[in-house]
Amino acid sequence: MDGQLFDLTLIWAAIIAFGVFMYVLMDGFDLGVGILFPFAPNEEARDIMMNTVAPVWDGNETWLVLGGAGLLGAFPLVYSVVLPAVYLPILIMLAGLIFRGVAFEFRFKAKDSKWLWDISFTVGSMVATFAQGLVLGSFIQGFEVEGTRFVGTPFDWATPFALMTGFGLMAGYALIGGSWVILKTEGEVRDWAYRVAPVLLGLVLLFIAVVSLWTPLMREAIAERWFSTPNLFYFLPVPVVTGLITLLMIKALRDRADYLPFLCSLGLFALCYSGLAISLWPNVIQPDISLWDAAASPGSQLFLLLGVLFIIPFILVYTSWTYWVFRGKVTRDSVGYH
Amino acid sequence: MELDPLLISRIQFAFVVSFHIIFPAFTIGLASFIAVLEGLWFKTGNPVYLRLSKMWIKVFAVSFGMGVVSGIVMSFQFGTNWSELSYASANFLGPILSYEVVTAFFLEATFLGVLLFGRSKVPQGMHLFAAIMVAVGTFISSFWILSANSWMQTPAGIELINGRVEVVSWLEAIFNPSFPYRFAHMVLAAFLTTGFFVIAVSAWYLLINKSREYAKIMFSMTLWLVVVMAPLQVLVGDMHGLDTLEHQPVKVAAMEGNWETGTRVPLLLFAIPDQAAESNRFEVGIPGLASFILKHDLDGEVPGLKDWAPEDRPHVATVFWSFRVMVGIGMLMVLVAGLSLVLRWRGTLYENRAFLRLCTFMMPLPFIAVLAGWITTEMGRQPWVLYGLMRTEDAITPSLTGGVALTSLIVFIVVYAVIFVAGGYYISRILVGGPEKEDTPLDELPEHRRRPSRPMSAADSPL
Ligand code: HDD
Ligand code: HEM
Ligand code: HEM
Repeated sequence: MDGQLFDLTLIWAAIIAFGVFMYVLMDGFDLGVGILFPFAPNEEARDIMMNTVAPVWDGNETWLVLGGAGLLGAFPLVYSVVLPAVYLPILIMLAGLIFRGVAFEFRFKAKDSKWLWDISFTVGSMVATFAQGLVLGSFIQGFEVEGTRFVGTPFDWATPFALMTGFGLMAGYALIGGSWVILKTEGEVRDWAYRVAPVLLGLVLLFIAVVSLWTPLMREAIAERWFSTPNLFYFLPVPVVTGLITLLMIKALRDRADYLPFLCSLGLFALCYSGLAISLWPNVIQPDISLWDAAASPGSQLFLLLGVLFIIPFILVYTSWTYWVFRGKVTRDSVGYH
Repeated sequence: MELDPLLISRIQFAFVVSFHIIFPAFTIGLASFIAVLEGLWFKTGNPVYLRLSKMWIKVFAVSFGMGVVSGIVMSFQFGTNWSELSYASANFLGPILSYEVVTAFFLEATFLGVLLFGRSKVPQGMHLFAAIMVAVGTFISSFWILSANSWMQTPAGIELINGRVEVVSWLEAIFNPSFPYRFAHMVLAAFLTTGFFVIAVSAWYLLINKSREYAKIMFSMTLWLVVVMAPLQVLVGDMHGLDTLEHQPVKVAAMEGNWETGTRVPLLLFAIPDQAAESNRFEVGIPGLASFILKHDLDGEVPGLKDWAPEDRPHVATVFWSFRVMVGIGMLMVLVAGLSLVLRWRGTLYENRAFLRLCTFMMPLPFIAVLAGWITTEMGRQPWVLYGLMRTEDAITPSLTGGVALTSLIVFIVVYAVIFVAGGYYISRILVGGPEKEDTPLDELPEHRRRPSRPMSAADSPL
């Protein structure tokens, strides 16, 4: 940091974090719907579930593209080290996203082959989510870097920890997906979603517990970050609020509340996310490349910042507008396609 | 056998980007066509336009979906296979691609939802607005991505510091020398692609006597479009070539298949360039014409490939032939446009079966021209990936192994083959169904046009 008025790198870290978070929430629920697809009570329920996300999935996925391009713009080192390191998981993710993306359009057009696109949607969603979990896991573990290059092998990411985060993310997306179905549907589908949500909540809590224990064990610096005083007291709210939100969600599911479960699951994600940030700060490439080492040149960061600060509010406005257009419950009669 | 990750990555990049460009080339023009149809429906209330729009929106949805998923692959490829290039050029390409996302992709993706699913949920004017926004988004997207690509062809506004690009002038870098020509040429190419696709479909309807009323409208509209755009494309293409002559002369030498620098250089119609022997076999050409086209003077000097060291030359045969394929198709388009004027004047535009057959035969050609054009451009700049700054062989990810690269190549080929076949099948089924199949629910007829609440939308009670 060289005595500038603003630390652009810090602002960019916040913007990228925001973008990735938006992605996880928004594509999280539509990937989650895909993961839950085969467990739905019947084909009609699947039609309805698909219709709840069909108008918005493309916009949701665009946050992923923003994450990728924004990383290249603001933290090129992360882009050029992490992507080669997770080459195969990215390949799997892309294949998954392709199949689930085309399924939206193809399924509506298909007659006899509809089942094929059901499979394509579900398997695509599961595979893409699992692969994102693998990337997350290997991101936490860290990469072997020399200078500005990844120097490990193609399978460095394949560890028990990354497999665990893969399944963890599937449970997480399924939970947001399930509570989204509660919010957007009624009748039989919704009843079913109320039944699966508690199971998913239990799974998610289990994974949160495992990650919270495993990461400090994996790296001493992380243990120190959390368990030394006075940090312990500063960070205590994270687990405490997690507990409170869990209780709130259990109650909301029992009362059959409409949108509270969805808000609670978003809250759980936000807390996991901040917990992760606390553990890893200030390194973007574990174990020892910091945000500032990985940053683009200040001129480029500034050029991009000016536009992004101006444009993102517009994006948020028209995105909210489309969600408002497609508000309300989706039913069998409101297919409304094209 | 030793697998070369560089060669495989190049094949993969060429395959994946060629697959991707098929869809933008089609959807850029189609988005505008749909916006026009929606505008006509808004203005006239004539349900013919509504049914046409509905049919093309379905086709659009399928191809747009394939464009999106294959585009996402592209944005990750830079990092996975070309990490050295990404790192070196990030200070320029990063912000440019990010601007593309925030100014274009969000616009397209968000309003697409309203265009596809919102007809009964928003007032008609809003629906038209969504159609226009999607079309505008495709142009903004082309603007940024072509700026990025043109900058890689003709870098400007930057300095190289420790092997990394630092931008000194954003304006010069974004509006780099080849950008205006490439942007104009590509947007025209997209309009021509959609135009000839619609022309072919309507000609086929007319041939088999199906949906005549609809087919005539589309046929006439799009033929007027290509009457303007096809000649314009030849003009822009010529200017593009002159610009290339100034900034990438070796590419032009390869396009012309010209080995020796000289005057009165012939325009070769046929030749088999031989990279090793540094000459052509079986040359057939028109004397002096290349000099005339490139310098507007028979005695103009045209650069020859031998002015560059062998390792600095592109693969001549590929560039030479892909260029000829593109230009040949461009000339054919002008011919079809001209014929349409003659037949219109004679009043037999919709009846002349030979012409209708010619029109259906045109359907795949613009796609081939677009691919051939990109192959000319991209192969012609080899061995450079950032022209004059970074060679393709230095751009590759150092940790990438041949086996991993081959795996991903095979995965993409298999996955794309599956979705291409399925997508093509669904599109053809929509078109075989025809516009008359697009029923018009009561709530969309003109007299109900702006009623705030409709019987069908019982579902959209607030949260
Ligand atoms: C001339 C225009 C053009 C060119 C040369 C390219 N694209 Fe493209 N791209 C578009 C025009 C377009 C578009 C018209 O905006 C698309 C096509 C269909 C669509 O869905 O949007 C699109 C979609 C699209 C998407 C998905 C956007 C979304 O989520 O909605 C991505 C990530 C890319 N592209 C990325 C690329 C990259 C990295 C390219 C460079 C090799 C590239 N495109 C070449
Ligand atoms: C969509 C339109 C495009 C098409 C059809 C296209 C086509 C191609 C083809 C056929 C090659 C292979 C050349 C060879 O290997 O000899 C290539 C190379 C390359 N292009 Fe493009 N390109 C397009 C746009 C872009 C854009 C916009 C960028 C960057 C912003 C880009 C970056 C590259 C890179 C990095 C290579 C080097 C890899 C290689 O040599 O294969 N391309 N492209
Ligand atoms: C007949 C007249 C035409 C001429 C003289 C012409 C000229 C050119 C030239 C010189 C280039 C290479 C520029 C460079 O790499 O520096 C090019 C590229 C290209 N052409 Fe054409 N062209 C013609 C017709 C067409 C048609 C009909 C299409 C498609 C419908 C088309 C699509 C393309 C595309 C997509 C590219 C690659 C992108 C670009 O560099 O603009 N061209 N053209």
